[in-house]
Amino acid sequence: MLRDITLGQYYPADSVLHKLDPRVKLMGALVYIVSLFTFRDAVGFAAATVFLICIIRISKVPFSYMVKGLKAIVVLMIITALFNLFLTPGKQVLVTYGILTITMEGVKNAVFMLVRLIYLIVGTSIMTLTTTPNQLTDGLEKALMPLSKIRVPVHSIAMIMSIALRFIPILIEETDIIMKAQMARGADFESGNLIRRVKAMVPLLVPLFVSAFRRADDLAMAMEARCYVGGRGRTKMKPLRYQKEDYQAYLILAGYLGVMIAWRVFGARIWGLKLGA
Amino acid sequence: MSIILDKVSYVYSEGTAYESWALKNVSLKIEDGQFIGIIGHTGSGKSTLIQHLNGLLKASSGGIYFNGRDIYEEDYDLRELRTKVGLVFQYPEHQLFETTIFDDVCFGPMNQGLSKNEAGLRAFEALRSVGLPESLYYQSPFDLSGGQKRRVAIAGVLAMKPEVLILDEPTAGLDPKGRDEILDLVSNMHREREMAVLLVSHSMEDVANYVQRIIVMNDGSVMYDGTPGEVFLHYKELEAVGLAAPQVTYLMHELKEQGLPVDCGVTTVEEARNSILKIFR
Repeated sequence: MLRDITLGQYYPADSVLHKLDPRVKLMGALVYIVSLFTFRDAVGFAAATVFLICIIRISKVPFSYMVKGLKAIVVLMIITALFNLFLTPGKQVLVTYGILTITMEGVKNAVFMLVRLIYLIVGTSIMTLTTTPNQLTDGLEKALMPLSKIRVPVHSIAMIMSIALRFIPILIEETDIIMKAQMARGADFESGNLIRRVKAMVPLLVPLFVSAFRRADDLAMAMEARCYVGGRGRTKMKPLRYQKEDYQAYLILAGYLGVMIAWRVFGARIWGLKLGA
Repeated sequence: MSIILDKVSYVYSEGTAYESWALKNVSLKIEDGQFIGIIGHTGSGKSTLIQHLNGLLKASSGGIYFNGRDIYEEDYDLRELRTKVGLVFQYPEHQLFETTIFDDVCFGPMNQGLSKNEAGLRAFEALRSVGLPESLYYQSPFDLSGGQKRRVAIAGVLAMKPEVLILDEPTAGLDPKGRDEILDLVSNMHREREMAVLLVSHSMEDVANYVQRIIVMNDGSVMYDGTPGEVFLHYKELEAVGLAAPQVTYLMHELKEQGLPVDCGVTTVEEARNSILKIFR
């Protein structure tokens, strides 16, 4: 069913993560993505895993929800893994078949790349699962506010984003209804060759576009009626303010990133020393 | 011809945080040629129920039988079922898509596999029975008024010649005149074509004047099932779940309390008038 799509879907729960300031979570996602590309060995990999597991446990969101997001990028993951597997040059050749060679480095690269992609998706989906779209755009707007000094229309961008996000579930539901209505008139969306299937989409897409335009029109009218003139002089009903927990979270993030970078820079040396001794 | 629902339950988003039971153990029998009103407030499971009747939703548990055959059987042709059980959704005018009204009404019959001529004939007939002026047949459906669009959409379902016609809130968002026109239309349809008609509504007034049987839905289960007279006797219980009986019911109960021996089982203004006049004669 269409309504089961979890694209940026919020999962309500009562956890520390849910209550954090959205700016912290945005920064956290960024820090985590950066940290994923710092590690080169098993120790860094283990650290990133432990961190992720802790976050998942704290978030109180069922693990199955995060895995759902992975389904969408299975193809991308497979292609990435294959490219890394076959196209990494290295000294230790494991298998050669025609022009295809698999090296030890290739295997290592493929595994790390795969892990990075999975962690990336799971890590960022934790952010969207614990933050409502509105909070997220609020956070983004506030975090990017300094850019408005150099004439970046931060408020407009945030408004566009929040409207777009707001309309995703509405349009999904609308699609569901129109699809059912046309199926009730005998439409068939599932069988036939490609051309027939594309043609079968017309009775779905035309009403969907018509309704999207109508909704956009109504919304613009409603905003106009309430004297919306853009971001100038606009204040928030619930302005974002950092709490004690938010500063603590920043500290933890800084610590985590510091350790990961330090291990990247000095880790190999310590590792080497141990091996040498 | 009949549709039988046997202990049908339906759960939305099963196994997630948003899980909710839309239907709980609903058992019903819908007989041939009946005119039935399904009533319930928003979220009572009316819309979910009717989407089961033509196989758009599959029950989480329970069975549905159309003309004695289980529609969940592996080789059952659901597309054929959908042409026999015509379902007009809420705000059906939002599904129009063709360049002309006539082509849009032809969509259903064409999907049934009929020839172009035959589909055209069906469309013509359906458009005439919903009372759309012939001069409009080759206009764009998007240029019509709201009420006219709705008729076109209903014609789109009628053109498939269903044996059962289900309408989900066909009067939503129409003015009183438009509302009466649509309800009269549906009522004529029932009389002339001898179709079974299911009318979903949350307005008792709408339904009381037309139907033979009322099914009251509340919180996913059937609360009452009977003739309008029987159902409206429970007007106090109906009020408790956010519904109301037609105004005549209140009037008659009030009169009875004041000592007039009127019949409280009447449901239309006409019947109420006769009942009162009988006393003074």
